Amino acid sequence: MESEQLFHRGYYRNSYNSITSASSDEELLDGAGVIMDFQTSEDDNLLDGDASVGTHYTMTNGGSINSSTHLLDLLDEPIPGVGTYDDFHTIDWVREKCKDRERHRRINSKKKESAWEMTKSLYDAWSGWLVVTLTGLASGALAGLIDIAADWMTDLKEGICLSALWYNHEQCCWGSNETTFEERDKCPQWKTWAELIIGQAEGPGSYIMNYIMYIFWALSFAFLAVSLVKVFAPYACGSGIPEIKTILSGFIIRGYLGKWTLMIKTITLVLAVASGLSLGKEGPLVHVACCCGNIFSYLFPKYSTNEAKKREVLSAASAAGVSVAFGAPIGGVLFSLEEVSYYFPLKTLWRSFFAALVAAFVLRSINPFGNSRLVLFYVEYHTPWYLFELFPFILLGVFGGLWGAFFIRANIAWCRRRKSTKFGKYPVLEVIIVAAITAVIAFPNPYTRLNTSELIKELFTDCGPLESSSLCDYRNDMNASKIVDDIPDRPAGIGVYSAIWQLCLALIFKIIMTVFTFGIKVPSGLFIPSMAIGAIAGRIVGIAVEQLAYYHHDWFIFKEWCGVGTDCITPGLYAMVGAAACLGGVTRMTVSLVVIVFELTGGLEYIVPLMAAVMTSKWVGDAFGREGIYEAHIRLNGYPFLDAKEEFTHTTLAADVMRPRRSDPPLAVLTQDNMTVDDIENMINETSYNGFPVIMSKESQRLVGFALRRDLTIAIESARKKQEGIVGSSRVCFAQHTPSLPAESPRPLKLRSILDMSPFTVTDHTPMEIVVDIFRKLGLRQCLVTHNGIVLGIITKKNILEHLEQLKQHIEPLAPPWYYNKKRYPPSYGPDGKPRPRFNNVQLNPIAEEREQMEEEVHLLNSTVL
Amino acid sequence: MAAAAAAAGAAGTTAWSGLLRLCFVFGLSFLSLTGLLLVQLADSAKNFEDVRCKCICPPYKEHSGYIYNKNISQKDCDCLHVVEPMPVLGPDVEAYCLRCECKYEERSSVTIKVTIIIYLSILGLLLLYMVYLTLIEPILKRRLFGHSQLIQSDDDVGDHQPFANAHDVLARSRSRANVLNKVEYAQQRWKLQVQEQRKSVFDRHVVLS
Repeated sequence: MESEQLFHRGYYRNSYNSITSASSDEELLDGAGVIMDFQTSEDDNLLDGDASVGTHYTMTNGGSINSSTHLLDLLDEPIPGVGTYDDFHTIDWVREKCKDRERHRRINSKKKESAWEMTKSLYDAWSGWLVVTLTGLASGALAGLIDIAADWMTDLKEGICLSALWYNHEQCCWGSNETTFEERDKCPQWKTWAELIIGQAEGPGSYIMNYIMYIFWALSFAFLAVSLVKVFAPYACGSGIPEIKTILSGFIIRGYLGKWTLMIKTITLVLAVASGLSLGKEGPLVHVACCCGNIFSYLFPKYSTNEAKKREVLSAASAAGVSVAFGAPIGGVLFSLEEVSYYFPLKTLWRSFFAALVAAFVLRSINPFGNSRLVLFYVEYHTPWYLFELFPFILLGVFGGLWGAFFIRANIAWCRRRKSTKFGKYPVLEVIIVAAITAVIAFPNPYTRLNTSELIKELFTDCGPLESSSLCDYRNDMNASKIVDDIPDRPAGIGVYSAIWQLCLALIFKIIMTVFTFGIKVPSGLFIPSMAIGAIAGRIVGIAVEQLAYYHHDWFIFKEWCGVGTDCITPGLYAMVGAAACLGGVTRMTVSLVVIVFELTGGLEYIVPLMAAVMTSKWVGDAFGREGIYEAHIRLNGYPFLDAKEEFTHTTLAADVMRPRRSDPPLAVLTQDNMTVDDIENMINETSYNGFPVIMSKESQRLVGFALRRDLTIAIESARKKQEGIVGSSRVCFAQHTPSLPAESPRPLKLRSILDMSPFTVTDHTPMEIVVDIFRKLGLRQCLVTHNGIVLGIITKKNILEHLEQLKQHIEPLAPPWYYNKKRYPPSYGPDGKPRPRFNNVQLNPIAEEREQMEEEVHLLNSTVL
Repeated sequence: MAAAAAAAGAAGTTAWSGLLRLCFVFGLSFLSLTGLLLVQLADSAKNFEDVRCKCICPPYKEHSGYIYNKNISQKDCDCLHVVEPMPVLGPDVEAYCLRCECKYEERSSVTIKVTIIIYLSILGLLLLYMVYLTLIEPILKRRLFGHSQLIQSDDDVGDHQPFANAHDVLARSRSRANVLNKVEYAQQRWKLQVQEQRKSVFDRHVVLS
């Protein structure tokens, strides 16, 4: 036994080293505040629980990590549920990574034993790639489904294809020879609703009929979407990216990536897009892909049992999501890296790359847009741009930044209102009203009636001679016989001027509606509306600059490049730059955004204009508030997200942040061998802390380890059920050797297996700068504060977030989810001290106790029938 | 005793939910595989209608703009093959054709058809289930559990509460463990979860607001 333990201890030392070497150099350097001190000679003392440990208090980190993983071996039969997390709790990355190393080692050491073990280890090694392949396949297929169905349903608002009901407008007229140059999208097979119902295609009667049908379909799609969300999967609403960011940083929201969420999000996303609301499908697609990743990770024990490993799959899945959303595989990988991921090692980078590749491949083979490309808006022009155009590009960047800042402020204010006032009680009504207003205003204006991505496509395209839209109604001199690609700048015709008016109205409409739409309870993404706003503004600026250059081609800035009869301004390029700038202003992404936009449009020549605009918009936006829309929503919801991008510049010490404060009651601690089961249960019931430090004894106060509340309750429950002779007065023993007890006393309960013997500790004089860095980079959940080896207090992630919030002197702190969850979960022991039944984390109460909660439940039927 | 039963129930549930989950995972992979297969099928039996070469010719001299559309293979997709009858004669053909833009496009009508059908059937099923849960189930429940339970259920859950009585069902499913009851049990468990989610999203606004 002893030799085996030693052997394992040696192993774990290696494992610890490899953990640190796996993390980046920077982490190692910054983590230097915690003294990691290997003193092997002390190990045995530590394990034996000898009092001499305390004399060397810096030991707790270095020395005991070796023994912490050790506990997994001591455990003959692991208690089910220990090491898992409650809903709305934060995971401990360090612990999860240790667990994975340990598992890996176990499989490796068994590998040589038999062919079966060998196969198992191979399966284990490959499971990472398998799971991302499956994720890529599934998200590509789902994206194809969403694209096709959304196109069809969007066109269903206008009319229907009589010859084949499943075709959208364009597919319906696919083989038709009756289309004319002027009326490109008309063909006899496609019937508008007016034609079908009142039998006339033209005139005010048919216009009104079409108007009514448009509103009717928009409303019914929106209503279906919101009621499906409400009945089956409330977590399917919204964009999902703020939550995914939080989940990837180590938060647990059970059911957020589940199968019902996946199904409902996929189905309702189509409905929401088709209802013509000012929203996009890109953000929700990331959520859909992450759901696929989560579901597939259940097939592989390596990922299903380890929360940290699962998050690596989710990082890859989010890359696949963006890859199919925009048809931008590289952009997806960079998006995952820049925006959503928290922990992104190189291995995950490659897996993300592969997942994005697979997903893009599947989507391409489904070919949803019928143009053999991944995206709807592919630009085909390659006209050069000139240096003086940087000025309007930067102007567009400024506009994008201003829009971003305005949008974030306004949307957050509106969402806060929804969150905190009574108005939030009527989600179905809200969706219906927003959809109605959108439909009523959108129909008369041809640019808002269009599907938003169609609109962007039209704004991005250049006016060749083949275009028939009013945006391209320039005055032509017909006798010029030039080749298609090289059309000189022309004076604008009446069509262009009227189009500009309509675009201005569309711009105002989109700006207002997007503020109110983002955050309603249907799946709603932000990328497409933001891009549309930018594209409209960009196109207007582009046409203005073009006309300026045409009429004033002798100005010194235009003289060099824009002579008479040259093609020097491309309004479509301005639309592209504007779209990137607005998206940059809202999300504050830079690198990934530029890559996404140029992959999206295929315009490789335009990287510099895009970079200039995106950078400007980020600067301008940052001047008004440093956080992007996703961080703002994270803060609004009070998720425990420790942003790695922010810097901590204050001079506070760990002692200023730690709990308990001076006025508080002393820290709730357990002693290692002289508490009874009843004592511990009382402590659990009386306090709401998520973990308790274990000390040697009340007299010495020296730290032994840390026990989590959840693990304690589960372990005690299972011991009461399974082990003989465990009663309320049994001693609980965290030490290795049970103390000698009087003969008649009941059997002691050994809980060493659930004790984390390597809690991170800092001294009370550690600067918070270092503590925050440790939390960010190692992904800790809590950290103990010691002084001379005596436990003084504890710092949790929540404390740090509160501290940051305090330092920022921000507006009223919103109640975080865990606050409510405290109330929701009753103590796991009933009043009679008997454990309540537990079913996979859903704790069942007798109906009588649930009564009051049921009453506050919004009545499903009342609100859906309206 | 009760605890032991609960434990047995819990063990059964985990196995059951694991099975369900597995089914779902396989269903998902099956769906994606079918998608791939369909694409392959559609490619191999390329439908006659599924390719087109579309030429858009802008106005030229006295001729107005026109769109030509033809089923033709990719290598033949140019103005000379597609534009028939040629509106201009002799020397003008080249000038006319230079301005035309021809695009070869493919689609898969089978994929579109199948996708729309799959989508609509899932949507239809969900709608039916939704209607069942919100309207029919409460009425059925009322009829089944006579008058005494009616009052109680009115008391604690409100009359149309679709996700009520979970505990009842849980208790019964433990005593008679057959497949149907297990399905019902899983369903009730799911209902409880959705109820929790609904509370945190719509009532308390702690997530996703």
